Amino acid sequence: MHLPNAEQLLADLTGRIRPEISSNTALVGIHTGGVWLAERLHQNLELTLPLGTLDVSFYRDDFGQIGLHPQVKPSDIPFEVEGNHIILVDDVLYTGRTIRAAINELFDYGRPASIRLATLIDRGGREMPIAAQYVGATLTLPANKMLALERNNDGKLSLSLYDKSPLGQ
Amino acid sequence: MKIQIKNGHLIDPKNGIDAVMDVFIAAGKIVATGAIPNGFQVNRVIDAEGLVVCPGLVDLSARLREPGFEYKATLESEMDAAVAGGITSLACPPDTDPPLDEPGLVEMLKHRARSLNQARVYPIGALTQGLKGERLTEMAELRDAGCVAFGQTDAPFTNTLVMMQAMQYAATFGFSVWLRPQDVSLANKGVAHDGEVATRLGLPAIPVCAETIALSNITLLARETGAKIHLCRMSSAEGIAMVRAARQQGLSITCDVAINHLHLSEMDIGFFDSNCHLVPPLRGLSDRDALRAGLMDGTIDAVCSDHTPVDEDAKLLPFGEAEIGATGLELLLPLTLKWAQEMKIPLSTALAKITVEPARILGVDAGHLSAGIAADLCIFDPNQYWKVEATALKSQGKNTPFLGMELQGKVRYTLVDGNIVHENQT
Amino acid sequence: MNNNPQLNKNGELQHLLTTEGLPASILLNILDTAESFVGVTERDIKKVPLLRGKSIFNLFFEPSTRTRTTFEIAAKRLSADVVNLNIAASSQSKGETLLDTVDNLSAMHADMFIVRHSQSGAAHLIARHVRPEIHVINAGDGRHAHPTQALLDMFTIRHYKHDFHNLRVAIVGDILHSRVARSQIHALTTLGVPEVRVIAPKTLLPTKVERLGVHVYHDMAQGLKDVDVLLMLRLQNERMLGARLPSAEEYFKYYGLTQEKLALARHDAIVLHPGPMNRGIEIDSAVADGKQSVILPQVTFGIAVRMAVMSILAGN
Repeated sequence: MHLPNAEQLLADLTGRIRPEISSNTALVGIHTGGVWLAERLHQNLELTLPLGTLDVSFYRDDFGQIGLHPQVKPSDIPFEVEGNHIILVDDVLYTGRTIRAAINELFDYGRPASIRLATLIDRGGREMPIAAQYVGATLTLPANKMLALERNNDGKLSLSLYDKSPLGQ
Repeated sequence: MKIQIKNGHLIDPKNGIDAVMDVFIAAGKIVATGAIPNGFQVNRVIDAEGLVVCPGLVDLSARLREPGFEYKATLESEMDAAVAGGITSLACPPDTDPPLDEPGLVEMLKHRARSLNQARVYPIGALTQGLKGERLTEMAELRDAGCVAFGQTDAPFTNTLVMMQAMQYAATFGFSVWLRPQDVSLANKGVAHDGEVATRLGLPAIPVCAETIALSNITLLARETGAKIHLCRMSSAEGIAMVRAARQQGLSITCDVAINHLHLSEMDIGFFDSNCHLVPPLRGLSDRDALRAGLMDGTIDAVCSDHTPVDEDAKLLPFGEAEIGATGLELLLPLTLKWAQEMKIPLSTALAKITVEPARILGVDAGHLSAGIAADLCIFDPNQYWKVEATALKSQGKNTPFLGMELQGKVRYTLVDGNIVHENQT
Repeated sequence: MNNNPQLNKNGELQHLLTTEGLPASILLNILDTAESFVGVTERDIKKVPLLRGKSIFNLFFEPSTRTRTTFEIAAKRLSADVVNLNIAASSQSKGETLLDTVDNLSAMHADMFIVRHSQSGAAHLIARHVRPEIHVINAGDGRHAHPTQALLDMFTIRHYKHDFHNLRVAIVGDILHSRVARSQIHALTTLGVPEVRVIAPKTLLPTKVERLGVHVYHDMAQGLKDVDVLLMLRLQNERMLGARLPSAEEYFKYYGLTQEKLALARHDAIVLHPGPMNRGIEIDSAVADGKQSVILPQVTFGIAVRMAVMSILAGN
């Protein structure tokens, strides 16, 4: 299957977000792919507020089934959430459960003025009433496939498709 | 009733018999071994093809828990267990409740045991009243009531003068004194051997010197008083070396080891297995090896079951709080056989350690199959494997470190006074 | 040797009973997870919904307000429901056995037991006894183990020293009676600390302690030389009652940590203590409150480490 070029999508996304930013816009990437993407967007958009990162492991709704993710990263929100406009960034938007967890976590830092969502790929399959305001591309994929963002040694982003392991995830 | 035990492999260590040979029993006594006596009319034949026929086993320490601890075990259950283990004579230590320090108690126990018509019970009398280590018991009276020796079991002497006087008094009548060497202040409140495992698990420890220092006192006082000493439950290599040295100096001293200490070490405690909470504590691997070698070279005279039935609840506690002891009557034979097999010792030599040798220490005529003696026999299948589990044990005590293990050697028949008191066809 | 009773059949942590025998990967995963929880505890809302609806029972058969409180706070920050039971004062005196108590609480649908008991092995006993969906954390058993304390010490050491592989660590004080020391020793050696020392008079050292992989010193001047980390132990007052030590004064003189003795260690050495401290017995106030002391950060990290342990167990 032909997958879109991640670098090209990133450029498109940058262009789409740029007109809508202000001095109180903040980017928050969701670990791990979302953080790579957010780092590049943050650089491209030359935002004044520092980049935030979230690991939603402590807010996931599947803890009861699969337990704690083995490599939890610290969440880091180095700015006031209260009153700022936040753009959540994730690599692939699918069921919407990760975004639900991220919104919950953000609210434990404060009450943002607004939250919007940017994603490189929207692959449909939503299980939550969640939509992205900035989408690089829309793809339809079989449920047994996993789409992942990867970053090579010189920082270039690309997309890969995998068979889902039988254990889930 | 005239019985012929046919085709069995007869092993009688005392008489040097180790061959396929028949045994003839009449009126509760051994009549002959080998060829059928003239005019012997057989009423019952026991086919012992493939089985070992040997003297009934003699156990130097089996707690029957009566009187006082009937919730742990009863005389009925434990006497059943004894004959199921091939044991036809056993010594029971005086730490009942109340302790065996009065003739009436001893007579009652003897009477109760006799009425069950199973193994012979030889009470060890308390050396001091209430086992308190302060005042002597009426040893001569207790002897008349049936005590064969006197001891303190696990109750320590805190006063060395009393220990000396107890030995002197016992020596006056030629009674033997049974002592477990352990210095009470060095043992402190320890629950495990002072070694690697106790250090790792943070268990209060009992050093080897708790045994050797007490042993040194006992042997010096034995020399001083001329008392006949039997040392119960040796646990350490150094202790064995001291016994060996004392023997070489001509001291009349015997000793035994429990089945648990013959096979296990501190390592078997694993992650706090309370079945391994024993006295003396299971010591290091080199100690265990010295005990196994000491038994082989004769420094240790006998193996005993150290049978101590404990109720289930008393073991379901943290290691240090769990009650001490393990069931053993039904394990004495298979664990002695296991030792023999591992040490490559002839069966006859091994069986001597649980027949004629302990009988000698007890001072009773048992543990052999000479013509004219009471027909106490054990007939066992040396090749049958069985698994140690609660349902396989007759004893009310189900706790042992060997739980779950497959052991070789199962008793098929036990005879006391020519009566078949235990029979297990397969 | 028996199978490790702490791991489930997938090799994951089922109970935390001791640091002994756990692979470094499990210890490091706890420390890494704790890093994330440190961030949580620094927010305004110091709470995550991870263990919402779970029931955690603090089973303290031996009183310890301090340890119990740290577990309670950790559980509450994970949104669990916490029940504190001070059992020394209740059922045990009515003849109920340890396992009776555990059975009763299990029937109330407990998800996790935090156990403190005066007998070594108590937590193992409970872990063997409970249903497989219940997790047990040992909060100190006799002289045996206190794994969460050791893990928070490891977290603190890593926080300040970054790596375990080039450290000299000295544990000072009553090793014999210390569950903390045993758990520290196993954790340090598993995490690759090349040199672990114990410093104590002979009356406070267990037999064959060197078999645990430590070097034994009886003299502070020698033992503290070039040390990067000092783990001080609490000396129970009752040790003065027997014949193990003559007096608190003599102990302080020879084994108490003063600025002068601390100067023998590396200049950037850090000082840890599990608390509560006996000032003037095992540690001088000038050291306890000094710039090399990390005793208060230990307490803060302790919450995050316990949150990490609880959430990893609850998820396995």
